[in-house]
Amino acid sequence: MQGQSDNNSLRRQQQRRILADAFLKMLPADAVIFREEELVPYECDGLSAYRQVPLIVLLPYDTGQVQAILRYCHTNKIPVVARGAGTGLSGGALPHEDGVLLSLARLNKILEVDQSNMRARVQPGVRNMAISDAARSQGLYYAPDPSSQIACSIGGNVAENAGGVHCLKYGLTVNNLLEVTLITIEGERITLGGGGLDSPGLDLLALMTGSEGMLGVVVEVLVKLLPIPTKAQVILATFDEVEAAGNAVAAIIANGIIPAGLELMDNLSLRAAEAFIHAGYPVEAAAILLCELDGSEEEVAVSVKFVCSILKQSGASEVRISKDDTERQRFWAGRKAAFPAVGRISPDYYCMDGTIPRKQLAMVLKKIAEMSQRYDLRCANVFHAGDGNLHPLILYDANIPGELEKAEKFGGEILELCVAVGGTITGEHGVGLEKINQMCAQFPDAELEIFHAVKAAFDPHNLLNPGKAIPTLSRCAEFGAMHVHAGQLRFPELERF
Amino acid sequence: MGGNQDISEALQADVVQAAESGQQLCLQGGRSKDFYGRELIGEPFDLNQHRGIVDYEPTELVITARGGTPLTEIEAALTAQHQMLPFEPPHFTEASTIGGAIASGLSGPRRPWFGAPRDLLLGIKLLDGRGQILNFGGQVMKNVAGYDLSRLMAGSLGTLGILLEVSIKVLPLPPQETTLLFEADTENAHAITQRMCLDATPISGSCHMDGQLHIRLECDETRVLQLRNRFGGELVEDAEIFWRALRDQQFAFFQTDVPLWRLSMPPAADFQLPGKQLIEWGGALRWFKGDHSMEAIRSAVSATGGHAILFLNGDRSGEIFHPLNPTIALLHQRLKKVFDPKFIFNPGRLYPE
Ligand SMILES: Cc1cc2nc3c(=O)[nH]c(=O)nc-3n(C[C@H](O)[C@H](O)[C@H](O)COP(=O)(O)OP(=O)(O)OC[C@H]3O[C@@H](n4cnc5c(N)ncnc54)[C@H](O)[C@@H]3O)c2cc1C
Ligand SMILES: Cc1cc2nc3c(=O)[nH]c(=O)nc-3n(C[C@H](O)[C@H](O)[C@H](O)COP(=O)(O)OP(=O)(O)OC[C@H]3O[C@@H](n4cnc5c(N)ncnc54)[C@H](O)[C@@H]3O)c2cc1C
Repeated sequence: MQGQSDNNSLRRQQQRRILADAFLKMLPADAVIFREEELVPYECDGLSAYRQVPLIVLLPYDTGQVQAILRYCHTNKIPVVARGAGTGLSGGALPHEDGVLLSLARLNKILEVDQSNMRARVQPGVRNMAISDAARSQGLYYAPDPSSQIACSIGGNVAENAGGVHCLKYGLTVNNLLEVTLITIEGERITLGGGGLDSPGLDLLALMTGSEGMLGVVVEVLVKLLPIPTKAQVILATFDEVEAAGNAVAAIIANGIIPAGLELMDNLSLRAAEAFIHAGYPVEAAAILLCELDGSEEEVAVSVKFVCSILKQSGASEVRISKDDTERQRFWAGRKAAFPAVGRISPDYYCMDGTIPRKQLAMVLKKIAEMSQRYDLRCANVFHAGDGNLHPLILYDANIPGELEKAEKFGGEILELCVAVGGTITGEHGVGLEKINQMCAQFPDAELEIFHAVKAAFDPHNLLNPGKAIPTLSRCAEFGAMHVHAGQLRFPELERF
Repeated sequence: MGGNQDISEALQADVVQAAESGQQLCLQGGRSKDFYGRELIGEPFDLNQHRGIVDYEPTELVITARGGTPLTEIEAALTAQHQMLPFEPPHFTEASTIGGAIASGLSGPRRPWFGAPRDLLLGIKLLDGRGQILNFGGQVMKNVAGYDLSRLMAGSLGTLGILLEVSIKVLPLPPQETTLLFEADTENAHAITQRMCLDATPISGSCHMDGQLHIRLECDETRVLQLRNRFGGELVEDAEIFWRALRDQQFAFFQTDVPLWRLSMPPAADFQLPGKQLIEWGGALRWFKGDHSMEAIRSAVSATGGHAILFLNGDRSGEIFHPLNPTIALLHQRLKKVFDPKFIFNPGRLYPE
């Protein structure tokens, strides 16, 4: 055993040396990182339970360098993992043991904010928030707002089809892109989409969005910008029962209202957020709903009144309306900091991302509470309620032997429940490496084979982020054998879809 | 006519047989769009008997229907619940189907503000060229498990597979609609539309033709009054008729036997080619008739970052759709092979194969 791993590490050292020499010939010296201690910061993304030191990290300055890197990797059959800001929560940017980690962090320029066409052209390493910051003076903003928006990159957003609290009304990343330029594994530069609202041929822009760095490397993005609404207000509604909060969501939508944002937090998560941010949340509440309405002064006044009455009818014990923009921001700050806030009350947490039909909310939350007891692990719930996108945060301590495994099993069970009620294992965080087994629960072999064939159409040698997002059929066979296919045996009491 | 029936097994058997014999099939929904795309090749293959709404729960904002369901049936079900298909699909005849509307990828006047079929399509059941029935996406609003192959089908003109079922996001009907009419030349029309867009005005349609600009608004009277004080504009009575006629291309502008071009470009693009234009989508969609060569039109549109489709008339065996860059064309061929390895569906409808 010992001898084998020594051999392996020797082999890696040699390979690292070869790659470093090769890349130093085509890139500036500070774009090639190959010393072990400098590689460590890249060993994981936002899902720190999975770690792998890459063979080498490359930090190109421009598109030409990205092309050169990919051409070399293609010719020499070296795996490549693209990395934006590394905030991903599914291990998507986890390095490959024998591969290049390609960081796009230095392609970080906003190339143009075009007011008259309401769009911005940016490089992939630009932070999500930086786009809205740059557009603000022209009265515009970029709508998709993941809670990680101060850190995550637009390239990573495209790769994950990121969402945010305002996606209910304004759409996901895929609905807010006009054009993406990418470099194929062969090093070819192609542009998908275009300056108009559609483009000729098949919609490869849609296919690329959410493809987790498996089909190409994004080097430029043309995003849509929206006008900043004249007025926005948040209603904070308190509920003594989670179920009532869930029903209030359906009632708002049944009344023909699509709020700009509609978020639910349960007691554990709102307490954690309150302790961290002091947003003014009612810590005794079983759940709160945050509902944002926007438009003109008059429109917002009318709809706020209407929604407040719906919320009260649905059993809200208290309804507060943000007085000004500072208070509105504060109400959101608690929600947006929910993950780190939960991180403060537990040594580790594991964030899930299932989506369910909204009508299943109360039932799913009840089942999660039961699982939480069974696994003896606490679970906080934050929920993009309007979209049915659930983020259960499982609290655990990685220093206690066996707890991580327990948390993962708990999480896996939640995701399989989401599938069983007609939902999906991931709404916005992606499959990455983390949810690769649950993909077997969601998709039969025939669909998985099509996914592999689509991948091969772009990347015949399977060099771009290999091993992520789509499980091999043999992996699913193994997973199925030890696990039993979720749709068949788990939750037999549920109505099937 | 009418009814609710699932004939997917029969369709599947036919496709399996066609794949074995190499018989090419020309997929047909309501056939309202025969004029569109490249010429029709293959044995007519009727899909409109596979029909009916499968699932519709208004508070989930999703409707699931079989591909052959008439648009009119879907719209009636939605209207009864004060909801709508946000992409406002064009349909001339009673026969137009939801499968055809998604496969053609075309949208009506609401498109820039509410999205196209590709934005609203959440999931599909697909019959591929091997005769496999496959499910992608689902009925939930957010789903990033696996590649987004549902959206890839929108606008594919049936070249990749048969849409047995589609799940589409729906939205509440706007409580109020008002249409304003402005006398304005192209430049002024553009200035008004752009100013309104930048001011976050709830616009849901714009049309500039023959010196007249129509703007459809979804807001209450107070806001309309504010807008009229600022921009002027006359209130239009019975404006629904106008928007429906625009959506379904009933205006005289479209009754033509010369080539009609559909130009897609950035809304503020400076497009100066002489000819007659009807401008929609705040400038992003321009219907164009003009005596120029195909190359001249294509290069003028390309220069703006847009693309041109020969929508109606002209040589239907030629380059109807904007030519693709060679790498992208290769990806098209490879994707076609993934879904339809025997090349049986709608051969060459999009591009020559
Ligand atoms: C506290 C916290 C809150 C979060 N909240 C949200 C939220 O509300 N909504 C949401 O959707 N997500 C959220 N996330 C997840 C994460 O921020 C998003 O997935 C984000 O889009 C990842 O961007 P990144 O730049 O960090 O990408 P990375 O983590 O670096 O990479 C993510 C994936 O994208 C690929 N990739 C990155 N850049 C490129 C490129 N240029 N070309 C091709 N592939 C590329 C990588 O290979 C990887 O597969 C949250 C994360 C954290 C830590
Ligand atoms: C600008 C504009 C102009 C229009 N003008 C007209 C007009 O002049 N006359 C008119 O009748 N309509 C017109 N339409 C409306 C058009 O007919 C609609 O979009 C309609 O819904 C298409 O549906 P269909 O069932 O008739 O499709 P079809 O014409 O039968 O099919 C359209 C395409 O979709 C494919 N297809 C159909 N069903 C499926 C399926 N289930 N799975 C996979 N592929 C499928 C077909 O192979 C074909 O490529 C127009 C639309 C627009 C945007």
